[in-house]
Amino acid sequence: MTGAAAEALARTLAGLAVAEERFRDEVTLVVPAERILEALGQAREAGFAVLTDLTAIDRLPVEPRFEVVYLLTNYTTPARVRIKVRVDADDPVLPSAIPVYPGANWLEREVFDMFGIRFDGHPDLRRILMPDDWEGHPLRKDFPLVEEPVHFVGHVPKVPSAIIPKTPRTPPTPPR
Amino acid sequence: MSELARETLVLNMGPHHPSTHGVLRLILELEGEVILRADPVIGYLHTGFEKEMETRTYHQNIVFPPRIEYLATMIEEHAYVLAVEKLLGVRAPERAETIRIILAELSRIASHLVWLGTSAIDVNVTSMLMYCFNDRERVMDILEMVSGQRMMHGYMRVGGLQWDVPAGFTEQVRAFAEALPARLDEYERLLSDNLIWRERTEGIAVLSYEDALRYGCTGPIGRGSGVRYDVRKAFPYGGYETYDFDIPLGSRGDSYDRYTVRMEEMRQSRRLILQALDRLRDGPVIVDDRKVALPPRGELVRSMEAVIHQFKLVSEGFHPPAGEVYSAVESPRGEKGYYLVSDGGNRPVRARVRSPSFNNLQALPVMIYRNMVSDVVVAIASIDIVLGDVDR
Repeated sequence: MTGAAAEALARTLAGLAVAEERFRDEVTLVVPAERILEALGQAREAGFAVLTDLTAIDRLPVEPRFEVVYLLTNYTTPARVRIKVRVDADDPVLPSAIPVYPGANWLEREVFDMFGIRFDGHPDLRRILMPDDWEGHPLRKDFPLVEEPVHFVGHVPKVPSAIIPKTPRTPPTPPR
Repeated sequence: MSELARETLVLNMGPHHPSTHGVLRLILELEGEVILRADPVIGYLHTGFEKEMETRTYHQNIVFPPRIEYLATMIEEHAYVLAVEKLLGVRAPERAETIRIILAELSRIASHLVWLGTSAIDVNVTSMLMYCFNDRERVMDILEMVSGQRMMHGYMRVGGLQWDVPAGFTEQVRAFAEALPARLDEYERLLSDNLIWRERTEGIAVLSYEDALRYGCTGPIGRGSGVRYDVRKAFPYGGYETYDFDIPLGSRGDSYDRYTVRMEEMRQSRRLILQALDRLRDGPVIVDDRKVALPPRGELVRSMEAVIHQFKLVSEGFHPPAGEVYSAVESPRGEKGYYLVSDGGNRPVRARVRSPSFNNLQALPVMIYRNMVSDVVVAIASIDIVLGDVDR
């Protein structure tokens, strides 16, 4: 799955990357946050034309807490590569990847919605999946998974007899 | 006059209407009937699957994929179990892989048939829906026969399948596959020469090759625009590399191209099914690894080991090594990927669903720019979104 193109990119980005992780034939390059756009630009030049996915991981007790993951795919010589950035919990900000990959727009909004990581230069950074007035960021590890009481406003539960009309039951016919 | 003509109107569509492919809301800015700007508002079906998956074991999570995307259920399960298998480093036995491919391709046909029926009804070819649902029901019968459920199967297991297919499975699948081409020809005769269908889809909702790449559009949307990318060919999984099939491509990137691509994909799926049926040999359907798969029922009364394994697997689950994997399959909507992060525990630290519908829907404003309001419904139908998959 790695592919020769991913190996070539790993070599190109060797100067930028601070670490390289390999697991099950997949390459992950860890890049410092301030150089992420540079790394994405170089990957794009190297043929990784598509940003397949952009997401984040919350490693709560570990510092730096967040990892933002860019999954890039090369369609012409099939290869995938992950570029990873570690972000602090105090002020989680990254430059937006929209200038390099316009498809990052909604994906960055989702990461902002779910993790509270902001993207500098994003034209329209607002919640995408959760309601606009939602508090907190659900995919953070310190966001509890609890049931919410449902508020029914102006709804008075009816007893079944109020819904089903009272019609006289026909008595069963006795067997002959 | 000119001042009046330049005034734009903001129109709210939904939540729900755009011919009810799901709960979607569109905010459109119109100049007369021409769309200048569109802003899809999503999230109405957000159920927090990714959060839920962090709290359950890898095995328990098998129930979620078909609920995230409910039209191609077997493909969803396939995507998830393949990701966990990659994390564990196991591979399902050959018979299991072959059956998985048959079921996945049947699911693809079922999903495309739903798409065909519903998008035809969007341009008022109402009879198509009944024909397509009739054929889809034949697929549902087969899936029910195999798993006991029409939709939420939970049939695939990490390392194989829940149980072997019942007697009569191959005959029923073969009968369906034999009957399919004649049906597809009939549908194509109904639509391809239909003036209304041609006028409503040709040149509508055009997505250029560059935009398809820019927005990460995959599946029939990308291929309709000429992007030669199919996960089954580019990153073969689960044995697809040994099968012989073609990838149909469009050239203009309009709704009509997406239609022709999907019709051809159904024929290719049939080809795959027939090849898989021919090479279906007897054998085990789940790996013989007691750390991953449950021991056979009969062993429990004879072996203490088996009882311990059963207990550990049911109560605690297995512990994959620490690491992260991304594994994707070709769903009827495009690249469906699972990105699993493990810290060595029995639950994923992060389970990310890369949904094709999300990326494809993002390109909708580009597609319908300067189209008419009435074409919005056709555009949405041609993307074939599943809102459950968009919102997760």
